[in-house]
Amino acid sequence: MKTLVLVEHEGGQLKDATLSAVTAASKLGEVHLLVAGEGVGAVAQAAAKIAGAGKVHVADGPAFAHQLAENVAPLAAELMQGHDAFVAASTTAGKNVAPRVAALLDVMQISDVIAVEAEDTFQRPIYAGNAIATVRSADSKKVLTVRGTAFEKAAAEGGSGQIEAVPGGPDSGLSSFVGAEIAASERPELTSAKIIVSGGRALGSSEQFHALIDPLADKLGAAVGASRAAVDAGYAPNDYQVGQTGKIVAPEVYIAVGISGAIQHLAGMKDSKLIVAINKDEEAPIFQVADFGLVGDLFKLVPELTEKL
Amino acid sequence: MKLLVPVKRVIDFNVKPRVKADGTGVDLANVKMSMNPFDEIAVEEAIRLKEKGVATEIVAVSIGPAKAQETLRTALAMGADRAILVTTDDEVEPLAVAKILAKIAAEEQPGMVILGKQAIDDDSNQTGQMLAALLGWAQGTFASKVEVDGESVNVTREVDGGLETLKLKLPAIVTTDLRLNEPRYASLPNIMKAKSKPLAQKTPADYGIDTSPRLSTLGVREPSKREAGIKVQSVDELIDRLRTVGVI
Ligand SMILES: Cc1cc2nc3c(=O)[nH]c(=O)nc-3n(C[C@H](O)[C@H](O)[C@H](O)COP(=O)(O)OP(=O)(O)OC[C@H]3O[C@@H](n4cnc5c(N)ncnc54)[C@H](O)[C@@H]3O)c2cc1C
Ligand SMILES: Nc1ncnc2c1ncn2[C@@H]1O[C@H](COP(=O)(O)O)[C@@H](O)[C@H]1O
Repeated sequence: MKTLVLVEHEGGQLKDATLSAVTAASKLGEVHLLVAGEGVGAVAQAAAKIAGAGKVHVADGPAFAHQLAENVAPLAAELMQGHDAFVAASTTAGKNVAPRVAALLDVMQISDVIAVEAEDTFQRPIYAGNAIATVRSADSKKVLTVRGTAFEKAAAEGGSGQIEAVPGGPDSGLSSFVGAEIAASERPELTSAKIIVSGGRALGSSEQFHALIDPLADKLGAAVGASRAAVDAGYAPNDYQVGQTGKIVAPEVYIAVGISGAIQHLAGMKDSKLIVAINKDEEAPIFQVADFGLVGDLFKLVPELTEKL
Repeated sequence: MKLLVPVKRVIDFNVKPRVKADGTGVDLANVKMSMNPFDEIAVEEAIRLKEKGVATEIVAVSIGPAKAQETLRTALAMGADRAILVTTDDEVEPLAVAKILAKIAAEEQPGMVILGKQAIDDDSNQTGQMLAALLGWAQGTFASKVEVDGESVNVTREVDGGLETLKLKLPAIVTTDLRLNEPRYASLPNIMKAKSKPLAQKTPADYGIDTSPRLSTLGVREPSKREAGIKVQSVDELIDRLRTVGVI
């Protein structure tokens, strides 16, 4: 089987999510990659170095500058004439493009794959991860998005892929990029962090969220996450949200502070290796998944923890 | 312009789903069902666009069992003008849903189709993007802000790194994220009024769409359970334990 993996990149850097997608694709067969962007020479070089990389198809041109789905999907669908499976990470970029490719190919996508059982058989979580379905696809070509936490990252070095330019398609004229507010942070990225400290509604305000959660995260070299309630209330930006409809994480340690543990939140973090919960309500559902639970007032316990670490 | 809003009947978000003992699926017998939360946000956004004078008519559509009529009545009670129910007792996959919606869009000629980003039962997150591909329209997925400006719409999207704004040529597809708005509750008088709003009944065959599934479910199981943990009595004990397991 020949697979085509969508390379995710930003600011000239290949993103880690691509490496997990490569591992998933390698379970299906040969791994070829697609880099679409503008001025992506360095990304293509990096993609070619991924262990196991075959051909690296590079579409470099202004139409791909912001990886607009309207331009990337037809390009990917065209390349899929010579491939059997299209694989993208379950990131906002992958989720945006892959279903558009699937529909162009008249294929039913398999979203959020967590295990590859056979060339046509996959496991995926449904109902906020409360059930795992094993599904078999009858389509002649497969389109998958894969959950990063479920697959090891392929080695970023050691490969010798062959870079091949593909003619940059025309701009569809349907959409254009206006602007972005991408938060620059010194902290590790949520989806690849070893430790995450997440805050919930109990933090009460943006000021308190940052005054309590940030110093603890800094002490631990951790990323910062949040519940939906904390994001909705404006204590933390949207890209911090962990859960069914936010980011799926599985760090070594997840520390939930003032988070009740709704199923939608658990869906995003219950595969963490070790879970610590701090909550004043000893009945809070978060304690049902916590390895270490500390019952009490976070406004007292968190500063104490930060100080003693 | 006219707005088309697809709404799905799903398990209520407050219910904890349980896997059937025979491993064939999730038990939905006697379980509370509601409108998919993201679709409530889609309906709300459509109503706000109508209130602003941007939209003139809101058509809600659902593909599902006869009971999906309740979901459509909810949309009508919130403020949609009329509804289309495409009745089927089969489970319809996102690709087939998108194909039916594409036919309805061809008939209705909406200026925008506003969908939820994800149905909370299948967690697919596909239908809007597929519909955009089938129609050859622009897509603004995971929207937290929608601003119509003449022949185009600016959509601010919640992306992994933060926010991104795209300008889409109309007609376009928008899929909603959680921060787009807070849906209203239907008032009692509006619930009464909704009962007499028009609701057309169709079948997939009326649109000539084959809904036979491309995926077959071989089995559904519960996820692996976590071992029950312990309560620690103090911050000192917590730090000790974390040191013992070697994570800090
Ligand atoms: C469609 C949909 C999608 C959703 N997606 C997500 C998602 O992706 N991620 C997500 O997180 N949620 C999601 N939710 C929301 C989810 O259902 C919950 O509402 C949310 O997770 C609650 O956030 P919370 O735990 O911070 O707040 P709450 O449930 O209000 O919990 C606050 C907790 O803080 C504790 N507390 C209060 N004061 C203190 C104190 N001083 N010290 C210690 N503890 C204290 C309380 O005991 C309580 O347990 C979604 C909901 C819907 C409908
Ligand atoms: N059966 C359906 N009837 C109406 N709308 C649907 C249906 N299935 C999906 N949708 C729409 O598509 C969105 C995304 O669903 P999904 O791709 O299944 O996650 C939902 O939020 C709805 O707006």
